[in-house]
Amino acid sequence: MNLEFDIVSGDFSMAGRASSQIKKVLKQLQVEPKVIKRIVVAIYEAEVNVVAHSLGGKLTALFDEKGIEIELKDNGPGIADIDLAMQTGYSTASKQVRNMGFGAGMGLPNIKKNTDELAIKSKVGVGTTLTFRNYF
Amino acid sequence: MKLSKIIELTQAKVVAGDTTKNHDLQKAFSSDLMSDVLTLDEDHILLVTGLSNVQLIRTAEMADIEVVVLARNKKANDEMIELAKENGLVLLETPFSIFRTSGILYKNGLNPVY
Repeated sequence: MNLEFDIVSGDFSMAGRASSQIKKVLKQLQVEPKVIKRIVVAIYEAEVNVVAHSLGGKLTALFDEKGIEIELKDNGPGIADIDLAMQTGYSTASKQVRNMGFGAGMGLPNIKKNTDELAIKSKVGVGTTLTFRNYF
Repeated sequence: MKLSKIIELTQAKVVAGDTTKNHDLQKAFSSDLMSDVLTLDEDHILLVTGLSNVQLIRTAEMADIEVVVLARNKKANDEMIELAKENGLVLLETPFSIFRTSGILYKNGLNPVY
């Protein structure tokens, strides 16, 4: 099974729509609640990142019998220093993002904590692709 | 601590959710930073916050939090209330500050997450 969502830059009211729908599917699949929580927290953090920092993008969720694979591909601007972005506390978030209760430089580290496999590729001026996998 | 007790102690108004289930909560966490809430491994806790926006409701949904108290007399907007109802979240509003709300609940036996 395959689910796709468009993520619009700056549209905070829609951030969480993909994670919410994926959560419903995982519940239907009777995945263990602790596993569901890890997956949807990671997806939600990633959605907020794309809304807050990118020019927009797409989220794809691939379900198989062993687990779920999530890909978030955005249209830029790209991350210049991925190691720096992965550091807890480092953030380039705007005041608007901070007012939403985010922007403390905790998103990527929390995605790493909640996923079994994580890969991040980025090119400045092109975009960022974040891929992660969790096993049921 | 029973939900009915939490409502009574914080003089809260119920703006969304089913209180007839009378949730029994063991632990609570107070924060305006949703990033911190999303790092908690505990679920089914009470969240006390002064952050009133849709991301609060989404955060509660993803973190498996079923009861949220909006402190500092913050009001939930229609979009928040609708989303809370959709997700079965109990949303409360108290006129008390986060400090006062947390202090009262702690004194009466609700435990901290850490």
